[in-house]
Amino acid sequence: MRGLFFLLLALPLCAAAQDAKKEIEKYQQMLGEGSPAELWELEGEALWKKPQGPKNVSFEKCDLGLGAGKVAGAYARLPRYFKDTDKVQDLESRLLTCMTDLQGRSLKDATARLFGNADRPSEMEYLVSYVVGQSRGHKMAAPVSHPKERASYELGKKVFFYRAGSWDFSCASCHGEADKRIRMQDLPVLSDPAGAQKAYTTWPAYRVSNSQLKTMQWRINDCYRQMRFPEPEFASEATIALTHYLAVTAKGAPYRGPGTKR
Amino acid sequence: MRMLLLAGAFAAPLVLAEPTARDVQDIHLRDFHTKGIVKKDAVAQDAVQRICTMTNDRPSAEVGKQIETDQMKTIAFPAELMGDWKRGEDIAQSGRGMTFTDTAGTPNGGSCYNCHQLAAKEISYGTLGPSLLGFGKTRGAGAETQKYVYGKIFNAKAYNACSQMPRLGFSGTLTEQQIKDLVAYLLDPASPVNQ
Repeated sequence: MRGLFFLLLALPLCAAAQDAKKEIEKYQQMLGEGSPAELWELEGEALWKKPQGPKNVSFEKCDLGLGAGKVAGAYARLPRYFKDTDKVQDLESRLLTCMTDLQGRSLKDATARLFGNADRPSEMEYLVSYVVGQSRGHKMAAPVSHPKERASYELGKKVFFYRAGSWDFSCASCHGEADKRIRMQDLPVLSDPAGAQKAYTTWPAYRVSNSQLKTMQWRINDCYRQMRFPEPEFASEATIALTHYLAVTAKGAPYRGPGTKR
Repeated sequence: MRMLLLAGAFAAPLVLAEPTARDVQDIHLRDFHTKGIVKKDAVAQDAVQRICTMTNDRPSAEVGKQIETDQMKTIAFPAELMGDWKRGEDIAQSGRGMTFTDTAGTPNGGSCYNCHQLAAKEISYGTLGPSLLGFGKTRGAGAETQKYVYGKIFNAKAYNACSQMPRLGFSGTLTEQQIKDLVAYLLDPASPVNQ
């Protein structure tokens, strides 16, 4: 009798949870179909081709790893080691290099506005949208052959599992176990190839709650914010290594971004 | 000579590939900065965080016990442990506080619903922690249970050395009164958790 009572009590609640989940899925599908990310890619392409800086040159000679000006498939092979800087770089870090070394802009100018807002997006966000869009359909293949790439990958793994901050979190606290969620938000296991492939191939992404396209550097920044860490330096070795670890773990899956998120 | 150079070239990547715990902490200290209320030093590990990271959250039984004993000493149990479950509900719902975009002075929440199911009526709950639905109904609200719940919220590492749950009292996230209110939210028969 008591069992039956509980069952009756539980049923409508389960139904409500199921409905909510279905509604969220429907919403996510709808977002994917009418994503404004494409507009960002177009704006980014225009900026890519626009001469800028003291040297008055465009990004069309910018080397993203496949040679000067080669954009198609370049993002799918980042982060990677670059000989000219002697560093492993992610997309954002490499774009900063092109702004300073190719266009002759000061680092201060290049980093003046790394994260935009809905009213005024940043140049970085537009450029990133364009570049990643040119890797759609390309299989993720961040290299780990150069010694510095191997070191970066190993460091990234350590960064992923590093517990600190007032709440003792690491990335693995939320992204280390299957079928978990925060509130209603499902959490991918990013140390697992299947989870990393699913999540990493949809970032950078247009985020509806921000009305804006967000970069991977932003994604990592906001994770650390919620982990109660201090703020990570943009395009620092730690954030690039973490991105590298995720990219290598996601290898083999075709890039599907820029995605659309809640 | 050439052999030696080659050996060096092969050995170097192996050395580079495995950063020590100290290296990793130093890189964090270099690559993170103070912002708002979160000081840069928070990215350095205390002993618990370091041991848990190094052992993949599975310290030896002996070390785990030692951590728990040490962490237990950080908890001062007030004489009265049951607060007001209504205030506790607001604290359980709120995820505010302790981030670099929060401001000092606004009351912090416990973020309980981010990870736990509590009252049946709230369907937006996380699953990183166990469900606490009907917690007091099944365990009662005796003195020992009150003490366990207060202590667990104040410092979860006193009960499980590498628990994923934040040390909410120890870290200064929640006040003594707020934790008492959460004890009542979990244990009071009138609380929606136990309906």
